[in-house]
Amino acid sequence: MKKYTNTGNKDTRSGFGAGLTELGKTNENVVALCADLTGSLKMDDFKKNHPERFFQIGIAEANMIGIAAGMTIGGKIPFTGTFANFSTGRVYDQIRQSVAYSGKNVKICASHAGVTLGEDGATHQILEDIGLMKMLPGMTVINTCDYNQTKAATLAIADFEGPVYLRFGRPKVANFTPENGKFEIGKAVNLTEGTDVTIIATGHLVWEALQAAEQLNEKGISAEVINIHTIKPLDEKAILASVKKTGCVVTAEEHNFLGGLGESVSRTLVENFPAPQEFVATKDTFGESGTPEQLMEKYGLNAEAIVKASEKVLKRK
Amino acid sequence: MPNTKELENFVTQVRRDILRQVHKVNSGHPGGSLGCAEFFTALYQEVMDYNSDFDMNGIGEDIFFLSNGHISPVFYSVLARSGYFPVEELNTFRLINSRLQGHPTTHEGLPGIRIASGSLGQGLSVAIGAAEAKKLNKDSHLVYTLHGDGELQEGQNWEAIMYAAGNKIDNLIASVDLNGQQIDGSTDQVLPMGNLKAKFEAFGWDVLEVKEGNNISKVIEGLNEAKSRTGKGKPVCILMTTVMGHGVDFMMHTHKWHGVAPNDEQLENALAQNPETLGDY
Repeated sequence: MKKYTNTGNKDTRSGFGAGLTELGKTNENVVALCADLTGSLKMDDFKKNHPERFFQIGIAEANMIGIAAGMTIGGKIPFTGTFANFSTGRVYDQIRQSVAYSGKNVKICASHAGVTLGEDGATHQILEDIGLMKMLPGMTVINTCDYNQTKAATLAIADFEGPVYLRFGRPKVANFTPENGKFEIGKAVNLTEGTDVTIIATGHLVWEALQAAEQLNEKGISAEVINIHTIKPLDEKAILASVKKTGCVVTAEEHNFLGGLGESVSRTLVENFPAPQEFVATKDTFGESGTPEQLMEKYGLNAEAIVKASEKVLKRK
Repeated sequence: MPNTKELENFVTQVRRDILRQVHKVNSGHPGGSLGCAEFFTALYQEVMDYNSDFDMNGIGEDIFFLSNGHISPVFYSVLARSGYFPVEELNTFRLINSRLQGHPTTHEGLPGIRIASGSLGQGLSVAIGAAEAKKLNKDSHLVYTLHGDGELQEGQNWEAIMYAAGNKIDNLIASVDLNGQQIDGSTDQVLPMGNLKAKFEAFGWDVLEVKEGNNISKVIEGLNEAKSRTGKGKPVCILMTTVMGHGVDFMMHTHKWHGVAPNDEQLENALAQNPETLGDY
């Protein structure tokens, strides 16, 4: 099976920062807004290089979303930056009315998503944001897996007309996708070919899925790993093609199993090709304080959990 | 430029349009709409410099955002009679498949609308963004807004009010419709907001008052005064006192017509008080 090399752990949020820095040079319509988390979002370079296009909003996320919506009127491409929790749940109605319903070209860039935010605990660890965002008509929802892909996605969404939710995280994780790779919104990436089980993963769980596939391979189970970086619009064709071959699926995400990638996959399967599915996700719970690794283990969000889920789903075929 | 009599005739026709729109579908918000007929007429017939061909980006023209979207009937009437879309389309207000949704939206592509509003408290932030974009684009035109007084109970406004002063958004004129009424009663009964002038000034805004918000000449005077105060490092606020339901005696000075349409008899009475001037749609 195809192997992937970690070229060195890096945080996905730095991929966002690097992408934004590049956009600062290449697209004069790009403006950046931040709600007092410039350092955490890695927006410092953009701020330094383009002070006239950087807007420090203060701790006022609702106002930030509204200002971003307004800036599109005049042709700007606003990128808002704050934690995922404050990017979504806190400002849902602002996004719904001023951005999504109004069809504004705002890029909502959200760091520190999921339990891997770590020690700050559940107040900051949103596990519902994919659901919130994917339910909004017209919203594109992206959850990237590593530094390189986050940088590529940041560049790609600037060229895409329409509201986007870009989700990434805090910890340093394996960086394994190609440097300067092309990011195609809405297009699944098949990472390994397999015949027994399809593993559909997003975000930090993609690397875990690859580790799981290796472990499964050693046990004689052939796993096909698909990286779904775009949860909406979902690449249903790629998913169905794989599941028709393998006959079962495991979905893996750092998100509640209610409303996440898993449910989007379930709907696709139920409508087209019903097949057994297991969910690697949080099970309708809040997170808590701890290190990212401890939390991934406790909440069943790692390679080991994916292996177990794969073995379980294989028995249900 | 129209004279005062012509503007008053325009206002009267707008009042008829408001009443007829809400009566036809037995829904909508006549009270606040009637109270702001002079304000919208002043903006679109006298004060704002805008292009007749609608362009979403609004570069090189003044733009307006309605934050309290429920007074859509007055907005639609004035937009239609200012040439944004056919006046006959007012017939479709709140009907299925209409561009004239209950609350204004960009979703159906109605010319003149640049943001959806209805969920309250969001318009000022949007206007600030548009004003920032104008500065980036070196566009010296202005951004105007209208807000309800009850709407100021929404906290997002105060985030925006703080930001606008702190960042010297001085190409922005925000008007507040002080009619003292909201759905559940007077603003003083529901949630007293204290001295709004002192509040805006404490946040760093340049505030002027229009005490006769239903006198077209006074509204124009106030808006022109506000214009003259732009570009001086402070956002400008107009606290404009109006009478909810103005122009229809039985609708005035009460919150009861906030969101209630007149019946046939009441419509007849109300229209008699506002005779046709520019021609009904």
